[in-house]
Order: sequence, then C-alpha cells, then structure tokens
Amino acid sequence: MTVNQVSVFIENRQGRLGEVLQVLKDNDVNILSISLADTTEYGLLRLIVNKPEHAKEVLLKAGFSSMLTEVLIIKVPHVAGALQNILAEIAKANVSIEYMYGLSVESNDASIVMKTNELSEAEAVLNNIHVNTMSSKEIEAL
Amino acid sequence: MIWNEKMECMSNDEKAALQSERLVKLVKYVYDNVEFYRNKMDKCGVKPEDIHGIEDITKLPYTTKDDLRDTYPFGLFAAPHSDIVRIHASSGTTGKATVVGYTRNDIDMWSECVARCMSMADVTKDDIIQVAYGYGLFTGGLGAHYGAEKLGAMVVPMSTGNSKKLTTMMVDFGATAIACTPSYLLHLSEVLRDEGLLDKIKLKAAICGAEPWTEKMRNEIESRLNITAHDIYGLSEIMGPGVACDCREHAGLHICDDYFYPEIIDAKTLTPVADGELGELVFTTLTKEGIPLIRYRTKDLTSIIREKCACGRTSVRITRFKGRSDDMLIIRGVNVFPSQVEAALVNVEEVTPHYMMIVDRVGNLDTLEIQVEVDVKYYTDEIRGIEKLTKKIAGVIQSALGISAKIKLMGPNSLKRSEGKAVHVIDNRKLY
Repeated sequence: MTVNQVSVFIENRQGRLGEVLQVLKDNDVNILSISLADTTEYGLLRLIVNKPEHAKEVLLKAGFSSMLTEVLIIKVPHVAGALQNILAEIAKANVSIEYMYGLSVESNDASIVMKTNELSEAEAVLNNIHVNTMSSKEIEAL
Repeated sequence: MIWNEKMECMSNDEKAALQSERLVKLVKYVYDNVEFYRNKMDKCGVKPEDIHGIEDITKLPYTTKDDLRDTYPFGLFAAPHSDIVRIHASSGTTGKATVVGYTRNDIDMWSECVARCMSMADVTKDDIIQVAYGYGLFTGGLGAHYGAEKLGAMVVPMSTGNSKKLTTMMVDFGATAIACTPSYLLHLSEVLRDEGLLDKIKLKAAICGAEPWTEKMRNEIESRLNITAHDIYGLSEIMGPGVACDCREHAGLHICDDYFYPEIIDAKTLTPVADGELGELVFTTLTKEGIPLIRYRTKDLTSIIREKCACGRTSVRITRFKGRSDDMLIIRGVNVFPSQVEAALVNVEEVTPHYMMIVDRVGNLDTLEIQVEVDVKYYTDEIRGIEKLTKKIAGVIQSALGISAKIKLMGPNSLKRSEGKAVHVIDNRKLY
C-alpha cells in the first residue's frame, strides 16, 4: 500500500522553511515525519502529514511548488538487523531506492518511509517476506 | 613611440581634408554596392552627390546592431565574396550572431591600427608579446596577433584557457608584453604570485581590452606586475580591437580617426552633443571595404577630447567609458544581452519566462548566475531530477551565450516581478 508524501522545493533563503510550516499550521495540517534533503542551492522538503491532498493544495495556493509523491511506509520491528533483512530482499529484486527516512509513530515498531520508482515490484517483495506497510487511512488516523 | 607620425600627428585641416575625401568616396561606394544603404538613403532623400565633405555626415542615417541582425549574415557586405578573406562574429541581441567580413585591405588597415595602439604602449619589434585573447570568431586574438606581427614583434599566440602554460612561457620566453582582458591579467598576477614567479618575469607592458575596466584596476595591474597597462578599444562591427587606445599619458583613448570618424550623440534625441559632453559614440568606417558602416551606433557612452595630446598625437581622444545606452553586458570579454538569455529559455519547456542574471567578479574573474523559476508542473522531489534539469538549462545557456553560467532553480513566484520595465540584471562589478 502506498501513501502520498508531500514534497516541496525550497530555494535556500532564510526563513523559507518556516514559511512552509506556517502555512501547514494555519491550515491545521499535522506533520508526522519530516525530511529535508539539502544542497548548497536548494532544499527538498518531504513530509508525511495527516492530510496530504489538503496540504498540497494550501501550499500551492501560498505559492510553493508542492507535489504529491507515492511512497511506501514500511513497518520495521525493533530488532537489530531488521531493516537490513528487508533491504537485502529489495536489492535482490533489483529494485533501486531513491531515498528513505524514518517515521516513528508507534511504540512497538519503527517505520521507514521509502521512495522507489518501482513501486509494484517493491510491494511484491515486501508481501513475499510478510513485511507490512501502512495505508493512507492509518496515517490519517494518527 | 609613434608608429605612424604622418597619420597620427597631422594638423586638423589636413585631417578634415582627408576625412572629407574618404567620406565622399565611402558614401558613393556603399550606395552603389549595398542595397540596404541605397534603400535607407533613398528613404531619407540623401544622394551620394549631397555629401561634399565630412561636415555633411549628419545628413546620413544611422546604422544599428539590429540592422546587422536583420541582414544576417552577409547583407551589409559591400565587397564581393571573392574579395573577402576573413570572417569574424560577435553576439547578436538575440539568437543570431553579428557577422563581419574583411578584405585584404581591411586586414592590412586593422593591423596598422593595432600596430599604432601597441606603439602607444611602447611595444616595438624587439618585444616578445603573448596574445591571450581567444583566437577564433572573436576579433581579439587574431586582431592583436596581426597587429603585433605588423609591428614586427615576436608573437606568442597563447589564446585563452591555460594560465599555467601562459605563466610558464612568460618566464621561460622572457615575454615583455601581453595582450588580454584586464580581469584576466589580474587573475594572472595572482597565479604568478602564488607560483613565486613575480620576480622572474620581464613584462613591461600590457594592452588590455575587450571589457570595460576602471582606473583602480589599472593601478592594481600596474603595481602588482610593475608594468604599464594600456586600454585598447574596439568592436567587431567597426573592426575589432585597435579602434582606439591610450598612450603613456593615459589621458583618454586616441582614435585612429583617419579610418574611423567619431561622433558623440544624444542617445534619445539622436542629435550631436558638444565636445566634452557625455553621449553615445558613433563611428563611420572611412575606408573599410568588406562591411563599411555609416554612423554605426556603438551604444558606448563617452565624451570627446579634440586638443592635441602631450604625447604629440593630434588624433581625437575619447574618455573612459561611462556605461552603455543599451543593456549589453560584457562578461569575461564576451558580449551578452539579456535578450539572448530570454530567447534561450523560451526553448526550455520546464521553466517560466522569469529569470534574473547576477553578474559579479570573484577573484578577478567574472561570474554569471542565472536564476530561473521552474514551472510548477515540472518540479520533482528527487535531487537527481533537479540536477538533470539544471544541467539541461546550463547547456542551453552555454550554447546561446558562448560562456558558461551557474544555473540556480528557484521556487514559483520567488523572483521579483517589476512594475513597468522588467529588471533582469544585477551587476555587482561596478565597472563604470
């Protein structure tokens, strides 16, 4: 199951990140996880929020280049080597991962947000090894 | 040293007579050989017979860079192609280059002018000169080269791009003169310093041009390298470097005015201004055969000095340039128009028409950053995608301008929208 991530391109300028967060706050969007990939010139802000479609719209209206990207949120048990086991299977299937970051919302499991351009292949691998992914409904309910 | 005392020191009366004779001949020549000028003169109701002397020049229409663009590539050539021995080209205001052609006589005349200019810097046949302008369509390299050969100096055609080789040869050959852009020479002085070569060079003089520079830069060049630095001026439409240069007095640039007749006009009203007043420099090429131009508007702002110079030359001088009457930039010696960037970006569907050019000088080298707004549809959330787009735009800009630029992608609506005339350039170099 995939979840919509909100991605925002922000040029490096003081206060720009704060402006994005202000828009989300004003529109009652709850941020569950945040990742900022930065270069010297710009940053790519990636967000898992409770209302991604709404967040995208309000950001666009406020003049930000927001877009939705389908990602997988993988539940990973709190056991040493758990993530490595999953990634080894994904690598075996020749699926490449664009980026990943953590999402910590449950006490028992950790979760990982993963972006790949081979979504269905990745999902098949995860099903085979009985790894669960989170659905949009679950995210909304958080 | 004066290269050609007869032509450079003639009395005002002699010069007026020579210019008059040449103008009368020129007007008849272009009227007979260039359809563009024939039509233009017919439209203004001027015939070659109406031009009796140099004072009649104001009856003639102006020529602009756009006229060269509209007649691209050879429309303004007066000589048959079989008589053209060389082509050069510079940036046009939009996609098309400005093309000029030279006959054998034109090349000889050009070499003569450059030899005069180099003599103003006291460069002689005994000197070893490194020419570090680009060789190619740009007039700088070959123009300086032919002039230095005419002078009889030992010419080292370095061209551009390899500072290390240049400084090594400067020391090994014992080069005594160099021709390059002033900003590049400042850069070279740093390379020489860093390599501990400053006390090993034999350099005496530099002939610097192809971009505007300040008195402060001259002082810096002269004190760092312990040389004299001279300002050589030119533009490909008129000929190339060697149209004018300053002598050891550094009191304005002497124009080779037996070949190029200068006028200063008000850029708005297009009427001549008084001597000493600031205005746009206009040239008529009195003897050129390949592409003779009548009252060509250079867009360079300066004023004229007619008094005889302390060096003995009587040729008319122009003062240090005060700017341009159009939006042309000179970056690393290359002419750049914002309209070229605009025309190039139109072909990149991922970007909006909003852009900003930021020009600066870092470590004596010009930098150009172009900020562009990406269309909301085309943002990606992968760094790889953004880098790919940045590279694509950089490629388009490089091939349009002939120089590289750093591309900075911007978020939507992040570039300032101006009310009225759009501002597309921030130049932090303070060259005028």
